[in-house]
Amino acid sequence: MELSTSILLTIALAPLAGCFLAGFLGRVIGRAGAHTVTILGVAASCGLSFYVLYQLVLGGAAVYNHNVYTWLDVGQISLSVGFLVDRLTAMMMVVVTLVSLLVHVYTIGYMADDDGYQRFFSYISLFTFSMLMLVMSNNFMQLFFGWEAVGLVSYLLIGFWARRPTATFASLKAFLINRVGDFGFVLGVAAVLYFLGSLDYATVFAAAPSLAGKTLAISQNVHWDAATVIAVLLFIGAMGKSAQVPLHVWLPDSMEGPTPISALIHAATMVTAGIFMVARMSPIYELSPAALSFVMVIGATGALFTGLIGIVQNDIKRVVAYSTLSQLGYMTVALGVSAYAGAVFHLMTHAFFKALLFLGAGSVIIAMHHEQDMRYMGGLRKYMPVTWITMWVGALALCGVPFFAGFYSKDSIIEAVGESHRWGAGYAYFCVMAGVFVTALYTFRQMYLTFHGKERFTVAAHHGHGAHDDHGHHAPGVLAHPPKESPWVVTLPLVLLAIPSLAVGYFTIGPVLFGDWFGGAIHVEEGGNVLAELGREFHGSLAMALHGFTQLPFFLVLAAFAITTYIYLFKPALAGRIKKAFLPLYTLLDRKYWVDEVYYAVFAKGGVALGRLFAKRGDGKLIDGALVNGSAGLVRRTAAGMRQLQSGYLYHYAFAMIFGLVLLLGGYWLFGR
Amino acid sequence: MITLSHYIVLGAVLFCIAVAGLFINRKNVIVLLMAIELMLLAVNTNFVAFSRFLGDVSGQVFVFFILTVAAAESAIGLAILVLLFRNRSTINIAEIDSMKG
Repeated sequence: MELSTSILLTIALAPLAGCFLAGFLGRVIGRAGAHTVTILGVAASCGLSFYVLYQLVLGGAAVYNHNVYTWLDVGQISLSVGFLVDRLTAMMMVVVTLVSLLVHVYTIGYMADDDGYQRFFSYISLFTFSMLMLVMSNNFMQLFFGWEAVGLVSYLLIGFWARRPTATFASLKAFLINRVGDFGFVLGVAAVLYFLGSLDYATVFAAAPSLAGKTLAISQNVHWDAATVIAVLLFIGAMGKSAQVPLHVWLPDSMEGPTPISALIHAATMVTAGIFMVARMSPIYELSPAALSFVMVIGATGALFTGLIGIVQNDIKRVVAYSTLSQLGYMTVALGVSAYAGAVFHLMTHAFFKALLFLGAGSVIIAMHHEQDMRYMGGLRKYMPVTWITMWVGALALCGVPFFAGFYSKDSIIEAVGESHRWGAGYAYFCVMAGVFVTALYTFRQMYLTFHGKERFTVAAHHGHGAHDDHGHHAPGVLAHPPKESPWVVTLPLVLLAIPSLAVGYFTIGPVLFGDWFGGAIHVEEGGNVLAELGREFHGSLAMALHGFTQLPFFLVLAAFAITTYIYLFKPALAGRIKKAFLPLYTLLDRKYWVDEVYYAVFAKGGVALGRLFAKRGDGKLIDGALVNGSAGLVRRTAAGMRQLQSGYLYHYAFAMIFGLVLLLGGYWLFGR
Repeated sequence: MITLSHYIVLGAVLFCIAVAGLFINRKNVIVLLMAIELMLLAVNTNFVAFSRFLGDVSGQVFVFFILTVAAAESAIGLAILVLLFRNRSTINIAEIDSMKG
């Protein structure tokens, strides 16, 4: 049985239709109309994605790989729009459309008072379309299209509140840093075309083994291994999109955007595009252990060191943002040890619990009237019980407490790293293990600061009639109304996300990780297959969870739990004292290792200086001065000299004629014979 | 005996007189026109002399053409001169320098 092309087209195009309707006819159909059409579009796509997954897993449908439209034929190369739908794609489609659908519903509540309501719905539907094109693609060109399109929508949405200078700055920063990654990515795609002569996945992967032994001559004596070059270049693209360490700085700033998109784009889906891409390219990556070591070291560094920053953040969204960076590091480490299925599995569980944490943080922000500083929260649990409980579910899943979804995926990754013998695996193992402690530390700190302890905000006495404003024109920590639970459109997605955060790992780990679930979609070389090693010791989800209670990660979580509980529930003053005692360390983390400052000083200032140099010297002096005005000046000066010859007297011209004639004849007489 | 050389020297002398007339004269446009006529006559003298010397009539035919053209040319030249005088009230060459760069 074959999947039907029209179903796949509907999945991809329904959100696009919603986007156009809400975007171009937003004024006609109004606010309710805009959210209705976009939600219908995404719901259709979500339902059909589930159907496709069902058909592939239980219905016995064959992998779908066809071109639906030929865009361009250039010589031997044909660029097409086509779909490759196997279980990997189907899983991504379900995750993307489901989270997107819940975020659409949530947005009704979160953006209720915003002027750009229709525009926002249009953008998030456009995002869903772009992301689906990315994951469903069957060739590199369409992948690149989706890759750039999600980057564009991310830019649009981070800068959604364009009147805030910080938001436009953040959107520009995200866009520019992604350009750096995309430059590597497009070079990688070009290298694929150069070495393998095709951009179609199936052709490329079939031809990939022929890369072995091929080299790219950089200079006379330097030859780089072709597979390593391709793998590293493609991964540089993933570093930009998935915010891996040197290019991670845009993700925390992207929190300037509205919270629903932080959940959808910058936690659950877009930032995982890089992980998905590497998993999809596994036949290429498997050829280059060097590239995989590179991937692993980058990921491990991110997993630990960005997590540490999360401990000192006070903005509720930024804690979650750094946590996302850290978790993306875990996924990347899993890719680096060839545990692609583990990375994709963590991608899925992470999508649910991180979207939940973001949406929960958004719900808190609504209740706090757009105050995001946790120092002015505390004790919110009795005002908003649904948010409180669902966020605890997300937090425990993030920390990897046994039975929660995050436990299964994260513990598998840690175990897989422990099994690996690849270069750098020791460092990576230390990082992911220490990362567990750090993760638990910032997560519990965030939960305690937000929901527990004393209330650190006050409710202003009711002042005047109707002159009040919900959007924080007060002193920090002073609210116009007491916080209250968010409306059902906000809490419903929280509950719906809490369910998979709790249970999805328990039910899916067996087949997905150890059951060869992905089939031919993911290729792992014999000898490096750490998941198969793990699978031999796997005796069901229950046994794994019970075993988890005796393992080091659980004790690390427990230790972090004890420390944070002691500090934030019983001795709130202790936090300040620890901060003072370790001031240099605190400053290092608070300044985020000065990466931003270095980038700003070197690349931004350097770029401006270089631009100024070219503008003044290159454009002003060389082009304007020497070439444009210079050539005009040359003509003018030459003409001024020549003009002296034009006396205007007839006999001068006659003399010139006669003189010339005499010269000509004389010359002819002397030399011409 | 008057030989070919005499005629050629006569032509050369006439031509030189004409050229001198062009250069030395700084006053009068009419003299310029006359000098040009003289140049053409110098050429004609050469034509006729060579025609006779070589026994070829076509040189003399050329002379007729040149005479015709010269007549037309002086007619037009004088007409221009009249217009020039009407417009600028002078035929002094030193004052006619509107082509000065």
